[in-house]
Amino acid sequence: METENGVIRVENLKKYFSIRRSFREFLRGSPAKFVRAVDGVSFAIRSKEVFGLVGESGCGKTTTGKLIVKLLYPTDGRMYYNGVDVTELSPEEEREYRKHVQIVFQDPYSSLDPRFRVYDILEEPLLITKVGETKEERKELIYRALEEVRLVPQEEFIGRFPHQLSGGQRQRVAIARALILGPEFLVADEPVSMLDLSIRAEILELMEELKERHRLTYLYITHDLSTARFFCDRIGVMYLGKIVELTTADRLVESPFHPYTKALLIAVPEPDPSQRHQIKEIPIIGEVPSAVNIPPGCRFHPRCPYRFEPCDKEEPELLEVEPGHYAACHLLKKA
Amino acid sequence: MPLLEVKNLKAYYFISRGAVKAVDNVSIDLKRGESLGLAGESGCGKSTMGFALMNMLPPPGRIVEGSIRIDGQEIVGMGESELRKKIRWQEIAMIFQGAMNVLNPVYTVGYQVAEPLIFHRGMEKKEAIEKAKDYLEMVGLDPNIVNRYPHELSGGMKQRVVIATALIMKPKILIADEPTTALDVIVQAQIINLLKDLKRRLGLSIIVISHDLSMISELADRLAIMYAGKIVELGSSDIVYTRPMHPYTKALLNAIPRLRQKQERLEFIPGAPPNLLAPPPGCRFHPRCPYRFEPCDKEEPELLEIKPDHFVACHLFTKG
Repeated sequence: METENGVIRVENLKKYFSIRRSFREFLRGSPAKFVRAVDGVSFAIRSKEVFGLVGESGCGKTTTGKLIVKLLYPTDGRMYYNGVDVTELSPEEEREYRKHVQIVFQDPYSSLDPRFRVYDILEEPLLITKVGETKEERKELIYRALEEVRLVPQEEFIGRFPHQLSGGQRQRVAIARALILGPEFLVADEPVSMLDLSIRAEILELMEELKERHRLTYLYITHDLSTARFFCDRIGVMYLGKIVELTTADRLVESPFHPYTKALLIAVPEPDPSQRHQIKEIPIIGEVPSAVNIPPGCRFHPRCPYRFEPCDKEEPELLEVEPGHYAACHLLKKA
Repeated sequence: MPLLEVKNLKAYYFISRGAVKAVDNVSIDLKRGESLGLAGESGCGKSTMGFALMNMLPPPGRIVEGSIRIDGQEIVGMGESELRKKIRWQEIAMIFQGAMNVLNPVYTVGYQVAEPLIFHRGMEKKEAIEKAKDYLEMVGLDPNIVNRYPHELSGGMKQRVVIATALIMKPKILIADEPTTALDVIVQAQIINLLKDLKRRLGLSIIVISHDLSMISELADRLAIMYAGKIVELGSSDIVYTRPMHPYTKALLNAIPRLRQKQERLEFIPGAPPNLLAPPPGCRFHPRCPYRFEPCDKEEPELLEIKPDHFVACHLFTKG
């Protein structure tokens, strides 16, 4: 599909988690079962781009993010960072890699160690990667990182424990921790979904500003299409471990192709009270099936209102609908 | 007479450091068949409000003052057994936040939906489960799932079970506290559709509590915006969403990322909501308000009817 390299490129990335068979299944020798969380995903993220991965819970978006920062290891597929294969790295290389590729997690209430003060939280990555040889150097880096995320005056914050910070402040600390090593690429996994509305906008603006200042590239993972449209340049929609549609944020919202994307977009509520008297038509039925028993053919076909004869047999490939707009749907061939 | 009438309600949590004024002098009413949205950020007192309306605030919380009348009947000060016999679940029911995750894993779905009938109405178990089937069907589930256990159901199905449980005693008022928060977008839209449908079919009066103004706009006829334990703006949804008056409401609406509009910037409100142990003097929003002027940090603004049926608590409209 995409040949250019970009900052991060993944190719047919797969991650299966094995699950325990019951004793009876074991005796019968039935085959091992897997949760196919990520099942063949390919994309390339261009330099200084915000690339969004959206989808419902269990679609594999977070797993993809964790694979990219190497918190999980892929079952199959390759990953490239600036054209260099980083699929298999030694522990030293991995440490080096993490100076360039960092992550901000969803929940700032559990991603910060409650027994660490802000200073220690920020010092830890420096100690691990051996950046900043002297205490003074490290202190300077920590102060600078806090300034970047506008937790000033720094003296007021360095001695605090996470529980002494508000949700927005915690997420700033998490961002500072990710930025302190001077990465080029940041995975932001639902960075604002646990925050209040008035603070959410502030964190997104901060991330935008940091992107400009440090020439960062983001992978923004979310279930919320509205923030994705606001923040992302391009968006990939995931369903059951696969990307079903990929294009620019504007095109995705304005002219979606895949029936799943269309349904997702319809389902998003808008703060418009005139809608309240109607029942919204949602064109798809049921809920996402389990990633253990993925339907054959197109994995969306059991819920799809447009399914026709090849859908339950052949798996559709991700093909170009218009320049730069890809969708995996048999309707594309029909059209 | 409104179905629900709340006057000067104060609900505080008494902790060792003092009283947390989670709901502080709130008056509101609800008409028959109407739906009211109660919106605000975390810690603004909206969930406390929900618990207070059921008169079941968990300790150390307590209703300090005020009155809550349901169909003319005062429930503040009513004894626990009377509340249980006459009010809760039969007059007013609540879908608690995250209730779908606390269904009892060792009882069947049918039993859990039927339980109120068995305990409150003294119904035979068999009969009660038959009745539960009707309610499961009403919320869009296959009645045969009465014999299933919660872990066999998806999130959306569990939330439907919770709704059926809340409705089985035929309450007049349903309080829904964040009914869609942990659900995926598509399931969320399905649950909103269900609540709309139930409101219409059963003539139910609904209070929907959420931080999500987009979700509330799909349900609420009237909207109340809460900030730091107080209602700062109240009016018909059509007006509050399109012509908000209070600076907090305005800022909140401007902070929502919209899917169907291209936005260059999102607004945010600097600072954080106040600590309710010691809320700021005067208007509680004044430290974050871009329009504050001289009376704001001294006098507390009252919730006044600025335009017909549109109430705002802000000095800009009385003294500005």
